[in-house]
Amino acid sequence: MKEITYIIASVLFILGLKRLGSAATARQGNTLSAVGMGLALLATLFFETDLSWPLIMAGIVVGSAIGGISAKRVAMTGMPEMVALFNGSGGIASVFVGWASAKPGMSLAESIPLYLAIFIGGVTFTGSVIAYLKLSEKIDGKPVMFKGQQPVNIALLALILLCGALFCVSPAGFTDPWLISAILLSFVFGVMVVIPIGGADMPVVIALLNSYSGLAACAAGFIISNTVLIVAGALVGASGIILTGIMCKAMNRSLSNVLFSGFGSASTSSSGGADVEGEAKPISAEDTYYILEAASSVIFVPGYGMAVAQAQHAVKELAALLEENGCEVQFAIHPVAGRMPGHMNVLLAEADVPYEQLLEPDDVNPNMAAADVAIVIGANDVVNPAARTDETSPLWGMPIINVDMARTCIVLKRSLRPGYAGVENPLFFCENTRMLLGDAKASVQALVSQFKD
Amino acid sequence: MELFLPLLFIFALAIFLGVELITKVPSQLHTPLMSGSNAISGITIVGAVIALQNLPEGSVIIPIVGFLAVATASVNVVGGYLVTDRMLGMFKSKKKGE
Repeated sequence: MKEITYIIASVLFILGLKRLGSAATARQGNTLSAVGMGLALLATLFFETDLSWPLIMAGIVVGSAIGGISAKRVAMTGMPEMVALFNGSGGIASVFVGWASAKPGMSLAESIPLYLAIFIGGVTFTGSVIAYLKLSEKIDGKPVMFKGQQPVNIALLALILLCGALFCVSPAGFTDPWLISAILLSFVFGVMVVIPIGGADMPVVIALLNSYSGLAACAAGFIISNTVLIVAGALVGASGIILTGIMCKAMNRSLSNVLFSGFGSASTSSSGGADVEGEAKPISAEDTYYILEAASSVIFVPGYGMAVAQAQHAVKELAALLEENGCEVQFAIHPVAGRMPGHMNVLLAEADVPYEQLLEPDDVNPNMAAADVAIVIGANDVVNPAARTDETSPLWGMPIINVDMARTCIVLKRSLRPGYAGVENPLFFCENTRMLLGDAKASVQALVSQFKD
Repeated sequence: MELFLPLLFIFALAIFLGVELITKVPSQLHTPLMSGSNAISGITIVGAVIALQNLPEGSVIIPIVGFLAVATASVNVVGGYLVTDRMLGMFKSKKKGE
């Protein structure tokens, strides 16, 4: 009976993930998957014997309260760091499960998965915590690099593997010093692998850590020979890997380049990219209004700057006014804009922008030359034409949104500083580009009030 | 262990199934997909409950660790599903929404 419930739960997870693939059915899909989770838990509680009920109930109550309250309170702009924290808590759960399951004289078929659960779970935990700290800007988002970083990491990894091997050949239960050392070293390793990764590469890291938390759950499933853990963990592991691949492809970089190059650190920015000549031409909100008023098609290109300024509602208001004015409005969203996969879509959805208006670069670029105005709101690297034109640029080959091809391009930006990747943007110096400098939200609101007057 | 190979078999099939399911998801749904699948990884809660089974007499550490496992996995499950639901509640179609 327990196994049959597990099969039903697994089917619900699969159906849930399938429905998450379309905006119309996604919410239902999430509910299906939550029902699957509930069934799996209930089956375990009912059909397993000799459970420590007080401890289990206390754990569920405390955990659900923490998770529920944080999920209710978090602002949409804080979503990337929230997802990172939830992910980290899944990782540490696998470490605890692994640790508590250690028994003297386990077979290799149990001790190896146990080791994998604590190793992958440990890396997921501290890696996610560092990602959280970087995303919430509690620590500097810049890559942390030092001399000999690679050799140190390799030595650390070798040490973790050695501890693991010594534990696996003769497991001595949960007090096994090799097991405890492996747990602690995995924590250190998780910190070491995420600190060299810059803020702009966080979408890749979050997707990858998500995959790890699934694999850790999967490993925990092998320890206790539990099918639902293995199926659910493998589904998450696979989905995380796919997302990671999509993110890397959108940046035209390999995973190893993202993980190890410290892209965006000071050392890379000075070496790559030709000097940009020319002068940026500032524009006032009033002049921008005249351009927009006359435009019949406008494409918005949001980036992380829109999230920071919390400008999504103002942007939606401006878009609605433009539509009233008989203008066609579209949003072009780059897959890696923002700090997590699909970040911009969530913010614009919060501001009630219908999802039919949100387009991917491949759908927008062919029509870019016909657009009257492209408005870039706090995006930088994803609209940098050097990716197309300058072979020496670090961004060379990255698929971008070709805003420079629109008749007029208006860039909303706080200052003329380069983006997170530290690369100069020749877009700002183009003939048809105008810079509307200042806080994105204030600038958009100024445009809105111009329209209303 | 005779159970190990069938489990590995299930694992391999599930990985391929996951890849097939996710490859078709449009980029606008990547965030809810990620947080929704993140909630699924909270399935470790089942493992955590089983870790609190047949506790040896007088042990202190295992109950504490098991309790922490249940609590952290619950954070992952409840938080993950709620946050995903909140996000998806905001995705509206122009045709239906107005």
